[in-house]
Order: sequence, then structure tokens, then C-alpha cells
Amino acid sequence: MQMRKFLISAACAISFLPGIASAAVAEADALPSLKWSFDGIFGSYDRPQLRRGSQVFLEVCSGCHSLEMVYYRNLVDIGFTTDQAKAMASDYEIEDGPDDEGEMYMRPAKLSDRFVKPFANTNAARFANGGAFPPDLSVITKARKGGTDYIYGLMTGYLDDAPADFDLSEGTYYNKYYPGHQIFMAQPLYEEAVDYEDGTEPTLEQHAKDITAFLAWAANPEMEERKRLGIKVILYLIILTAMFYALKRRIWSNISLEEFVHDPYVVEYEQEMQRHKRPN
Amino acid sequence: MKRMQTDNRILMWIDTRLPIFSYSSENLVSYPTPKNLSYWWNYGSIAGIVLVIMIVTGIFLAMNYQPHADVAFQSVERIVRDVNYGWLLRNLHMNGASMFFIVVYIHMFRGIYFGSYKAPRELLWMIGVTIYVCMMATAFMGYVLPWGQMSFWGATVITNLFSAIPLIGDYIVVWIWGGFSVDAPTINRFFVWHYLLPMILFMLVVVHMWALHIHKSNNPLGIEIKSPADMMPFHPFYTIKDLYGLGLFMIVFMFFVFFAPDFFGEPDNYIPADPMVTPPHIVPEWYFLPFYAILRAIPDKLGGVIVMFAGVLILYVLPWLDTSKVRAATYRPIFKQLFWIFVANALFLGWLGQKPSEGAYLIMAQLSTGYYFLFFLILPVLGKYEKTKPLPVSIFEEVRKKRRAKEA
Repeated sequence: MQMRKFLISAACAISFLPGIASAAVAEADALPSLKWSFDGIFGSYDRPQLRRGSQVFLEVCSGCHSLEMVYYRNLVDIGFTTDQAKAMASDYEIEDGPDDEGEMYMRPAKLSDRFVKPFANTNAARFANGGAFPPDLSVITKARKGGTDYIYGLMTGYLDDAPADFDLSEGTYYNKYYPGHQIFMAQPLYEEAVDYEDGTEPTLEQHAKDITAFLAWAANPEMEERKRLGIKVILYLIILTAMFYALKRRIWSNISLEEFVHDPYVVEYEQEMQRHKRPN
Repeated sequence: MKRMQTDNRILMWIDTRLPIFSYSSENLVSYPTPKNLSYWWNYGSIAGIVLVIMIVTGIFLAMNYQPHADVAFQSVERIVRDVNYGWLLRNLHMNGASMFFIVVYIHMFRGIYFGSYKAPRELLWMIGVTIYVCMMATAFMGYVLPWGQMSFWGATVITNLFSAIPLIGDYIVVWIWGGFSVDAPTINRFFVWHYLLPMILFMLVVVHMWALHIHKSNNPLGIEIKSPADMMPFHPFYTIKDLYGLGLFMIVFMFFVFFAPDFFGEPDNYIPADPMVTPPHIVPEWYFLPFYAILRAIPDKLGGVIVMFAGVLILYVLPWLDTSKVRAATYRPIFKQLFWIFVANALFLGWLGQKPSEGAYLIMAQLSTGYYFLFFLILPVLGKYEKTKPLPVSIFEEVRKKRRAKEA
């Protein structure tokens, strides 16, 4: 009995630990493990942090990376006023049309536009980046093992010089946390890369944290609503289930299992059994 | 069928012409159930309810999803972001699939442990296996629809299995794809199948219930219902027990939906499908991993495909492989041990399925595959020679004994 229980729990533990699966792949260093304001079931985004992150994104990342699933209107959700968001959008030009004369034309971006892409297409992006394609960052924290910790690690994991025994290919940079260590992206963030509008000290770690939080929001804009509703749903279910349990105890204790005979079926049951009797 | 009696003349009028109320009453209210069903018997009803949740969320998702290779990925993200409660629909559907398999696997293992597939319930079991096969096809095609990297490469790997068929294999694969690679026509037809198969699945569930209601539920003792004293009506006893179990299940299910929606998923599936970039490790969804391990354990492609399908199809003949007259493992000491090793082995195969198929992993997978089939193939002999424990006289006697022991 004990043995059986042990076997089951051991097998369950093994098969449900996704961490073990990634261990074999990860020749990279163990990721840093950070605390985020949006961790846990009560976690929520830190608005000032998201706004700082958006500044980092717009001033640094958006030079090469698109953020296709996010609209300028979404900026209002992280605490910018509508006017601020409009002004941020209008810094970018977007192709529209055709107009009445059938011509395409450029106009400033509006709230209803997606974040403007830095390159017209994949080929242009590759050409400008030494053959590597800078991925869209809309769901990047969901698309990498390690999620937010990975993004933070990547931002802070660059080494100026690759280890002596490492043969770094032309045009790549050494990053502790990138699988295979050779990454085409040059270190994007440095100390004072962005001059924060809210006066936060612009260290590399601060930049990395802020951009990671911003990208986590971009990937899961529904998270706060989801968790808020989730807490209500779980509480409701716990109360409901407790009532079901009480009712179950009550119903099952009302009759003695011994004395109870399924009488509406006494006659019919006999007939039924005859009808479905198996030939021996 | 016993006719419903009521003073309501409208109900009587309807019931005389179409005995829908009498029928419901017979199958949901006074339906006779063994007195001793344990909580292992909750999973059937939970599976049915999960199916309904999947169909309902699926219908609403389909209203917003675009089955085209160019926009499928984006349309799923737009459902999450811009459709009212779209994130909820998607999380329910995505995690519902995993929950469905967990529940159905427990339901199947329960069937094996208590010998529920034995006469006279062979067809009931076989319909169940058909439901399971249908589920696997549906889940596989559903996983392709978000058109992420794992969707695309999973579809490529699995459809390519058919190319192992001698002579016509390559033609069949092109026919399935609707082209020369997994592409726009593939996703479109997979969407159609993914919508159609659950309807068939639902009808199979109705047939499953029909077969169940002929000989009624098996029970933890594995002995036949002998007299009315062995039974109690389904309502209120088992309706409330099922509801309580359902409540517990929903708490677990909703935890994943709201707090860890991507727990069962692969991060790679949030990378849009790219036919030019193969992911370093192509792994199917967790519920296919044991069969994936079996497939890769065989060094030959055609052989692997045959053995993998055999692994599923062998379940169909299980009622005839197991020659023992005793149903429940409780009274079969050797079977009981083999069963628990089988369960552990299945989980182990699942673990191996996400490992690279090389070196020690390959050998372990081969040994594990060996035991998977050995378990089934040993059953005919085991049934003849196993010394079983004496069976209880009746459900009623057993229930009474238990009560007495509790009171004492």
C-alpha cells in the first residue's frame, strides 16, 4: 500500500514537472529569479513601472522590434491619459489609403492603430539586422521558457568578452542566458540608456526590469481582470462545493444504506434482469 | 418503461405522445445505481460536463477565430485581447482540453482496475475507447488551430506518420494536407474536423450512456447487482455525490484557467508558425506523450507507427484478453500489482515522451513500451492461473458490514 502510493506520487511528480524537461535543453546558465509585482494570484502591474517600460520600448526596442498586437489605445490602460497616448501615437507615421485619387499616403498614427512596425517586411528587417529577424515582442514573455526571468536575464546577461575557450561567430554577441550563447542582438540596454521622465535612477537593472514588466503586460493585458475574476470564481466554488458536501452528507445519512431498498424497481427490476440475462 | 404519473395535464399530454418526462425520470431520477460506488465513479459525469464546456466555449471561439494560415495566430491573440471575455473563453477551452484528458484517463484506469470492461459491458467499453480515439483526433486538430510553431510542426510530424504506409503513404499525406506541405488548406480542413468531430463525440457519448443504462454501473466489488437491496436511485444520492465531485474538480480546473492558463502549454506555441524554422524539440501536448514515446522507441518508422496505433487499438480487445471471471483488482492480487506498475509505467512513458530519443532514454522507452504491451498480453494467461480472493456475497452484505464496522 505504502509502496503503491509512493510510486504514484513519484510518477506524478516526474511527469508534471516541466522544469525537468527544459533542463536538458538549457546549456545556458540558470536564470535569475526575480520577484515581480504581477506574481501570484493577487499580483497586479505596477503602472509607473509599465510607463517607464513603455518609454524603454519606444526609445530603444522599437528601433528593431515590432509590437503588433498592441494598439496605441492600450497605452491608456497603463495610466497614460488619452491625450498623452494620442501624442505618443502621432510621433509615428503610418501608411494609409488609398485616398479618393487612389494614392496611398502617410499620416500620423492614431489611437486605433497598432504599434508602428520598424520595418516594412521580414526581408527588410533581416537585411537591416545582419540576417537575423528581430521577433515581434507582443507575446514574447509567453513564448520563451522562463518567461519574464528569461527576458530580464537576456537584458542583463551580456558579457563584454566571451569566455576564452568560446568560439564566437562573426556578428554575434555573447550572452549568458541565450541558448547557445551567441545572439545577433547587440546589448540593447546600458546604464542611462533612457532618461526616465519620472526621475527613476536609470541603471541597467532598472531598465531591464521595466522593459520586462512592460512586455509581460503586452503579453497578458487581461491578467488583472483575469485574476480579479478568478478570486471571485474560486471563492464562489469553494462555498458552493462546501454546501454540496454538507448536502451530500445529509442526504446520505438520512437513510440507512442497509434498510434502503430500491422499491419502485422491485418488480420491474426482476423483469429487466430477465430481459437482459446473459446466455451462459 | 414506467409511465410518469402527474396531475399536470399538459405534461401528461406531452408524455403520452413523447415520453420525454418518463424517460428522463427513468434514466436520471429513479435509475438504479449500486449502493457502493466510490468517488472513482465521479469521473464519467465530470467528463461529460467537460465535453459540454468544450463544445460551448468552442462554438463562441469559432465565431471569432479565422482559420487561415496568415491570420490564425493573430486572430487567437485578438480573441484574448479584444473579444469580450475572449481570454476566458480561450483559457477555458485550452485548459479544458487538458482537464478532459486527465479526467478521461482516470476514468479509463478506473475501468481497468475494477474490470468494468468485462461481460456484459464489452460494448460499453469499446464505445468508450472509440470516444477516446475521437478525442485524440479532435485535440490534435484543435492544437493546430492557433498556428504557433508547435501547432505547425506537430501537425507536420503527425501527418507525416501516414507516409509510412507502404506504396500509397505519400499520396495519403498530400491528400490530408490538401497540398504539398502543411499550409492554408490544412488549417482550414482541420478547423472543419475540429468542429465536426465533437458533435460525433457527443453522439458517441449518448450511445455510451445507452449501453451503460442497460446493465447499469459496475461497482468497486465488481460483482453483479443481485437484488433491489443492492441498489439505490440515482437521484438524490448520486446527483449530489456527482455535484460535490464536480465542485472539487471545478476548483482545480478554474485555478488553471484564471491563475496559470499556460501551465499545460508549450512556450514555443506563442511563436507564430514558420515553415523555415524547425524548433529544437518538437513535442506533442502532454496527453499524447506516452504514445509519442512508444512511437519513437521503435527504430523503424513504419514499425513505430504500427506499434503506436497498436498501443491504442489493443484497448478494444481488452475484454477478450482478460480471461479472469473476477472483475475488481481488489480480489486479484497479481493483477492488482501489474495494474499499478502499468499506471506508473504509463506516466513514465509520458515523461520519456518529452525527452530526446537517444542513449539511455531510448533504452528506457523500449523497456517501458515492452511492459505496456506485456501487461495486456499476460492477461489471458493470468486469468487462468491467478488465485483470486473469495468474492463477497452481495453488495448489500458488504455495505452492511462496512456500516457495522463504522458504528462499532
